[in-house]
Amino acid sequence: MLGKLTWNAIPWDQPIPLVAGAAVFSIAIAVVAWVVLKGHLPYLWREWITSVDHKRIGIMYMMLGLVMLVRGFVDAIMMRSQQALAFHAPGYLPPEHYNQIFSAHGTIMIFFAAMPLMIGLMNFAVPLQLGARDVAFPTLNSTSFWLTATGALLVNLSLVIGEFARTGWLPYPPLSETTYTPGVGVDYYLWALLISGVGTLMTGINFVTTILKIRAPGMSYLRMSMFCWTALAANLLIVAAFPILTATLGMLTLDRYLGFHFFTNEAGGNMMMFINLIWAWGHPEVYILVLPAFGVFSEVISTFSRRPLFNYRSMVMATMAICLISFVVWLHHFFTMGAGADVNAMFGITTTIIAVATGVKIFNWLFTMYGGRIHFATPMLWSLGFLVTFVIGGMTGVLLAVPPADFQLHNSLFLVAHFHNVIIGGVLFAAFAGATYWFPKAFGFRLHEGWGKAAFWLTLAGFYVVFMPLYVTGLLGMTRRLQHYDVALWYPWLLAASLGIVIMAGDAACQVMQIVVSIRRRDALRDETGDPWNGRSLEWATLSPPPAFNFAVLPKVHGGEPYWEMKRRAIETQQLPAEPEYEPIAMPRNSPTGFITAFFATITGFGLIWQIWWLVGIGLFFAYATFVWFAWRDVDEYVIPAHEVARIDRERRRVHDERLQQDLRHHQEPA
Amino acid sequence: MASALMPLLCLAGCSGGVLEPQGPIGAANTKIIYNALAIMLVVVLPTIVATLAFAWWFRRGNPRAQYRPDWVYSGRIELLVWAIPLLVITFLGGVIWIGSHKLDPYKAILSQSKPTEVQVVSLDWKWLFIYPDQGIASVNELVVPAGMPVHFSLTSATVMNSFFVPQLGSMIATMNGMVTQLNLQADHPGDYYGQSAQFSGDGFSGMHFTVHAVPEDKFAQWLERARNAPSALDRNGYIALSQESQNVRPFTYRAVEPGLFAAIATQQIPPGPGPSGGSGGVSVRPSGAK
Repeated sequence: MLGKLTWNAIPWDQPIPLVAGAAVFSIAIAVVAWVVLKGHLPYLWREWITSVDHKRIGIMYMMLGLVMLVRGFVDAIMMRSQQALAFHAPGYLPPEHYNQIFSAHGTIMIFFAAMPLMIGLMNFAVPLQLGARDVAFPTLNSTSFWLTATGALLVNLSLVIGEFARTGWLPYPPLSETTYTPGVGVDYYLWALLISGVGTLMTGINFVTTILKIRAPGMSYLRMSMFCWTALAANLLIVAAFPILTATLGMLTLDRYLGFHFFTNEAGGNMMMFINLIWAWGHPEVYILVLPAFGVFSEVISTFSRRPLFNYRSMVMATMAICLISFVVWLHHFFTMGAGADVNAMFGITTTIIAVATGVKIFNWLFTMYGGRIHFATPMLWSLGFLVTFVIGGMTGVLLAVPPADFQLHNSLFLVAHFHNVIIGGVLFAAFAGATYWFPKAFGFRLHEGWGKAAFWLTLAGFYVVFMPLYVTGLLGMTRRLQHYDVALWYPWLLAASLGIVIMAGDAACQVMQIVVSIRRRDALRDETGDPWNGRSLEWATLSPPPAFNFAVLPKVHGGEPYWEMKRRAIETQQLPAEPEYEPIAMPRNSPTGFITAFFATITGFGLIWQIWWLVGIGLFFAYATFVWFAWRDVDEYVIPAHEVARIDRERRRVHDERLQQDLRHHQEPA
Repeated sequence: MASALMPLLCLAGCSGGVLEPQGPIGAANTKIIYNALAIMLVVVLPTIVATLAFAWWFRRGNPRAQYRPDWVYSGRIELLVWAIPLLVITFLGGVIWIGSHKLDPYKAILSQSKPTEVQVVSLDWKWLFIYPDQGIASVNELVVPAGMPVHFSLTSATVMNSFFVPQLGSMIATMNGMVTQLNLQADHPGDYYGQSAQFSGDGFSGMHFTVHAVPEDKFAQWLERARNAPSALDRNGYIALSQESQNVRPFTYRAVEPGLFAAIATQQIPPGPGPSGGSGGVSVRPSGAK
């Protein structure tokens, strides 16, 4: 009846997951109870859960990403403290638990923290910057989000029901085959990623379509903001790479469930095929994460330097070069698997070519600052922190692309330090920079600068104190994923790294305080203008928070920095353009399709993991039925009448006019 | 340049690790690490300095900094920003090409003496070293003559592992049904830490071994002692050994069935069994885990 599921699946004998699970469960119940009792449920359902508005979905992605970031960070604390305690000692986490923790840490951080944070920023900002009213397929967008949430839920469910994979964040066979890992951990991993991978692929299709087809009149490709370019590149990579991930994990699933032999030791299976395929996805994945991050930094550095992005065309070229070359470097993840010298050398060289494009970007950011008038607001601090940190991470990355160096450093803590250096210094800093930068656009008030700056400095310090020692232990020969060790040389460095994690915890506290304080002082931090940073691209042309339709009349674009030019023209002509004729606007209706589909996808996933086949049948049937029901809808748009559009836009014009008069009194330039 | 960097990195306390190599392969790899770092630092350090300098000089409050709101393109700078990284990686590309070929793990080490043959099998979770020419074997302990090359043939009885002795040089993967090769040499007598550098399951952390590099006469003595060990390694003994076990103390076999390594590598002997019994649920733990 319940497949493999029994009472034994709950780890009664292990206090850590049990207490953690109970705590999370109680918090979740408390939140739900509060929402229901306070009568917020209809609001939540109407305005958020069923919303197909790209801005709302973007914000929900960010919230999911931040919650998962905390979850992954707790894993990080446990790993660092285990290694600090496990010198000549077993520590407090037995291998079967420790192995789950580093596997969950990697899986959660990449798929359910970094990805949602980047996709969230793209969701929020790309349509606004394009001068569009929404993405190409709004309901699909909502479905993508909820399927990602399904994946996150399944991974976290494994904490208290059964176990998570003990095979690392990429489950290399044959270790991940049923022979060597018979438990449900790998199955949790597989189904979580297969389901959320569908969501990610749909996001990719959605955004490629949006950027190619839905742009404001006059916005040619070379007038798009750099963030839109990097979003286009990242989503092209998603469309090309995520099917590889799904196929690879699908083959491993067939091995595990139906006794296939794609990657087994026996019957002609070959595990090297898995390793090639997974990295054929895995390396582009790195750029799926870091390209949008580059886009965020381009926006932030240009805005806060009060200068256009330097050498824009060269930046576009570098972005697209990275997009292409990222598909021909995957073998550098396994130089030590015995390939010949020619093959190793060739992939080493292609890898360094990516560094050329990245180097071009770094230099262009430098020259964007050169001749600027730099405001050190929090997003700019994150960007400066990124420039310095990422250059170091890039250097150690290129070092690892030199095969003889990799022969000594592969799988060591040096490697671990390298990819944290680029992912924290690149992706995470970008997430914080972007979140601070676009927060006032999303909510109408700025985040508190003091707490934001404190968070920045603690993160920067914490990062260096954790990962510089890990670089050293890597050079001292320490390999990754050790649950205990006897080498005295490594011990002091691991102690230092655990000190760094304490600093990082201070950062997390500051981030929470920043949000709490900002919400409490929102009236003092209110931004009435819709343009708190004196921005240059179209998202700043509308109100904060933007109305559902983003723009009352689609803006006409005449150049590369549309809003900056609008502001300039207004100052030159000493007036705003004449009031347009307002027309009714049709917007997509809310739809619970995404949420309901994801609900049944969760049931299906759970059934598949525990092999409860009737549950799988129910889940699949209703998930499909939801789609059919959605496909047969009669009405999918609602109309906002012209007078309502006019009312909202006149408010915007009033605000803009006030600002213009102020500018005319003080300066000739936009302030 | 490399020697100038040495003290910088040695602040890290570089005894015992990759940066204190004890053989020609390790030394050559380490030299490449230094050279590659030096080549890159030539660009990276000025870039970091320029970042901080530009940011500080062009701060909003600096009246001496010239504000140039419309300066968006310069052909000369464009040439420069593409040329500098290109030059660096052209140079580095040469290092990569030559280094990959010179330090191909399969390539024999030039030496007066004939290399010692060692066959390596990674098991759950220990290392088996077979000396085919001497007819003995050891577990979690590798004894080699110092100053002479060693040629390794490696396979795995189970999941993938990676054979790695940081101070001697390159690592290489071990995989079931396949044989990889590696050539290393310890220049001086000494004990060197070795481990698996590819996560392989619950007993992975205990999967380390010591390499004893000894003078030739000591090596002969060790062989003599090994030949007096209580047990010999035949197929049945090997199958018993391939069961999961953790933190195994080193021991030796006085004799090895000829052709054992080939039988493992060609899967005439089936791969290791993994954890015994059961399916699903937390109660299913590899037998060695608790």
